[in-house]
Order: sequence, then C-alpha cells, then structure tokens
Amino acid sequence: MNKKKIPKSSFHQVKAPMLFLLPNMLIFFIFIIIPAVSGLRMSLYEWSILGEHDYSGLLNFINLVKDHSFWNSLGNTIRYVFFVVPLLTASSLFIALLVSGQEKSVGLFRGFYYLPTMLSFIIVGISWRWILGDQIGIVNYLLTSIGGKSVRWLTSPAMATASLIFITVWAQTGFYMVMFVGGLQAIPETLFEAARIDGANVFQIFRKIKFPMIRPTMLVVVVLATINAFKAFELIFVLTKGGPGTATKFLVQSIYQVAFEEDRMGYASSMAVVLMVIIGFLTFIQFKLNKKDYANE
Amino acid sequence: MNKTGGLILKIFLLIVFFFPILWIIFSSLKLQNELFTFPLTIFPNHPTLQNFRAAFKSGNFIRYFNNSAFVAVVSTIITITINIMAGYALSKYIFKGRDLIFSIMIATLMIPLQVILVPIFILEKNLGLLNSLWGIIIPPAATPTGIFLARQYMMTIPNSLIEAARIDGGGEWFIFHRIIIPLAKPIIATIAIFSFMWRWNDFLWPFIVIAKEKKYTLQLALANFVGQYDVDWSKLLSMTVISIIPLVFVFLLFQKYFIRGMTSGGVKY
Repeated sequence: MNKKKIPKSSFHQVKAPMLFLLPNMLIFFIFIIIPAVSGLRMSLYEWSILGEHDYSGLLNFINLVKDHSFWNSLGNTIRYVFFVVPLLTASSLFIALLVSGQEKSVGLFRGFYYLPTMLSFIIVGISWRWILGDQIGIVNYLLTSIGGKSVRWLTSPAMATASLIFITVWAQTGFYMVMFVGGLQAIPETLFEAARIDGANVFQIFRKIKFPMIRPTMLVVVVLATINAFKAFELIFVLTKGGPGTATKFLVQSIYQVAFEEDRMGYASSMAVVLMVIIGFLTFIQFKLNKKDYANE
Repeated sequence: MNKTGGLILKIFLLIVFFFPILWIIFSSLKLQNELFTFPLTIFPNHPTLQNFRAAFKSGNFIRYFNNSAFVAVVSTIITITINIMAGYALSKYIFKGRDLIFSIMIATLMIPLQVILVPIFILEKNLGLLNSLWGIIIPPAATPTGIFLARQYMMTIPNSLIEAARIDGGGEWFIFHRIIIPLAKPIIATIAIFSFMWRWNDFLWPFIVIAKEKKYTLQLALANFVGQYDVDWSKLLSMTVISIIPLVFVFLLFQKYFIRGMTSGGVKY
C-alpha cells in the first residue's frame, strides 16, 4: 500500500491521529469489547437480572450439552444455513451473469433485483405474511383458483422452514448479486475476446474464464451469507415467531428467550458464546479470504 | 442463450423480485372491504389514500415515524463524523500501532449484537440508556464497515496536498476540515446512505433497548402490530408503505453511490 510516500514530519504527530480515533475507539471499547468480555464471564455464572450472581464454573456449558431445546434450535439454524447459503449463492451468481453487462437497460433490471435488499427484515416479513396468508394471501388464492389446494405456508412445520428459506433468498439475492457483478465486471474484456476468437461458446466461457475469475468473490459471498444466516432473527420473529411449535426457532431467538423471558442470563450467555465462536471463526475465514483477494489485485 | 430468451428470463425475475413489493403497494390502496373480497384484482378497483390517512391518525404512528427519523438522521451524522475522522487517522498518519488499531477495529465485526444481547442490555441498564433513543444511536454509530470504506478512500488522496498545507502553516484540524472533508464527499455520501438505511431498518437494537411504547421506532411498532392476534391489515399495509418511502427517496437521490459501497464494502451490518 502507500506507506512509502508519507512525509517524515507526520511521524511525530501522534496526538492528532489519536484524537481523530478517540470517539470510535471509545464506542468500540464500551459497547463491544466490554460486553464481549462480560458475556464470556457471565457464561460462567448463574445470573439473574434481579441480582443473584453465583459462580458455577462450566456448569452452564455442561447443561447446554444435555439441553434438547438448545440442540433443537442449533439444528434448526444449521439446517437453515445449509439450504440458504447454496441457494443464495447460486441465485445471486446466476442473476449476476444475466445482468453484468454495461448497457443501461441491464442496469435498470439490476436496480429492480436489488430493491428487496433495501427493505428491513420487518417489512419483508410483513409483506410475505400478507402474500402467503392462509386465507387472505394471493398465493393461495391463485392456487385454489386454478384448482389446487391452499397451502399452509407459514403455519405447517415443513412449509414454514421452506418458506423462510425462500423469503431469505428473495430478500438477499440483490445484495450478493451486486458483489458478483463487481467481480464479473473486473474481468478484462480481452479474455472474452480471445476465447470468442478461439470459438468458445457461452458455457465454455463461463466454465473456463468467468468461474475461475470470480472464485474469490464467491468464497467471500459464501462466508458472508453463512454469517448472516447464523445471525437470523428478525425475519423469523415476524413470520413465524419460531413456530409452529419450535420448528423455526433459531439460536438467536433461543438466546433472547432464555435471557429475557426465563431470566437465566448466565445460561443464555453460554449459548451466546457458542454463537460467538461460530461467527468469530467464520469472520476470521472471511478476513483471510479478503487478504488473498487484495493480494491478487 | 439467445437474446429473446435472456429478456424473457430477466422479465420473469423482475416479476419475482418486484411484484411482491408492488402487491403491497396496490393492497395498501384498497379499502378494507375490497382487500378481502374475492376475486382479487391486482389493481385496486377504487384506489384510495384512506388507509394512509387512517395510519397517520392512529395512535402514536407519527411519533414512531419521528423517533425513527431522529435515530436515523442523528446516528448518520455521528457515524459520518467519527468514521471519516478515524479513516483519515488510519490512512494519512504514520504512528506506532496504526495497523494494529485498524485490525482490531475491523475484528469487532466478529462480535455482532446477536452475540452480546445479554451484556448489552445490562450495560445499557447500568448506563441509564434503556428506553432512551440515545441507547440505540450511540452504540452502533462506530461501524467497522464505515471506517474501512473511509480509510480505503482516503488512501487515494495525495499526501502532497496535506504536506503543502502543513508547510503553509495549516493546523491538523484545519487540514482535516478544509482539505480532507471536501475531497472525501463521495465516500461521505456512500457512508451516509448506508448508515441511514441500516439505522432506519434496524430492529434488533431497539428491540433490546426500547420497551416504552412512546419510544418505539417504526420497525418496532410494525413488528408489534403484525404480532397481534387480530392484525388490522389495511392499516398495517399502508404503514408498511409509508415506512419504505424515505428509503426509496434516499435510493433515488444517491443511486450512483450505492454500487461503489456495495462492491467495496461487502459487509452488511
């Protein structure tokens, strides 16, 4: 990077940059570092909001291993991740390939595909509750009017998970599409020209040029999508509230309920530590990938 | 793939991604009785703004809207100010530990709110920030993504400009706000858009911090409405549409800055 050109006089100006950094550092320290440390500490306690804090060592974690409802929500989360990530990656790559051109008309399509990304999860959830409603939804209306049976999209266990996965893909494809478009547009045009002269068809160009060239982007997309899927909460909160039963209850919701509804904050913290480890690990991989990506530029 | 096939596919996808949004908008223009009358029609038979009037009149809707606007605007201003400052310090000064500080700041991405819900709640309680809009403005104001974007952009500003100003006797703050800020306008716009969007759409922070109904943001209020046993859809749909309008406005106004931020940021916060 540009280390070489900075003039000498600035070497001594330590105070100015520290002052510029101060507000950010304070906020990070107070609202991220301190809570993270105290979260780790709380996971070793039986902790109630009313003030009982008893050190219990690793007891919370031992209980966690035996806790069916924890495994259930972790399992639900992992199943969701397992479906969402490949579908999301595939759909956003596929669409990016369609609209990676520079023409104006293509840009317009891109804008429309991007729109759902701008909506909050709450709005996305409300919208799809309206569209997929058992009695009132347009989807069931169309299904029954062509002679089909209406489907309980959000209120039957199997369909609720499937709907949730579909809606997530719908809501986030635009975001990852833009990343892929960026990657595709960075491929030098001469490569395509050369391939075309050699008589390569569309599929060969994809397999031999586009795919290898966007692999770094793809890895980042996969990791980011995984992180975001593990963090899922809002959409579920609005669409199914974790139901029916506990069919769509995910990790974040479990943490919230154990902490604030059951007032077992220490135990909730131990669940949060598990999530912290998962997300921390994935973010670490993301950094590694990003570094490699920059090195290639 | 031939051209017509491609176009048909693109239009099909347009319907998939845009029709749900359109359907919400059209539904919000229908009166209660038309909303639940079969057969359904795509376009409202008697389009009306009645629902919107009702939404604005009902309960504390305007208050929720104002709370959201206050949070989004104030926290965007704070975010821009402190992130641009940090980006500048991390790109244009050389000092011991600079790269370490940058790494640590970026590494805070590893600890999203979802992971620290419980300690954040306790911390905000101890600081007296529960049920205060400041409790959802300040903590997320320092975003690693913003710092990253600012730093990357500032690296492209030539050092000679800063050096020349120093020789002319300009102080550090003077240089920052007279030279750097004007040059950084594009990245300020990018961060502003994203910050506004994140804060306007945010649900989890208010969900943890705000319990008093008077302090609800729009997202919190909407999530609450849809969670009720008997949902008043005609009102809810118009509220939903109203809540999207500021975003559409921002999107249209700053469209060209979006792609830059998306491709270089790569992080949704």
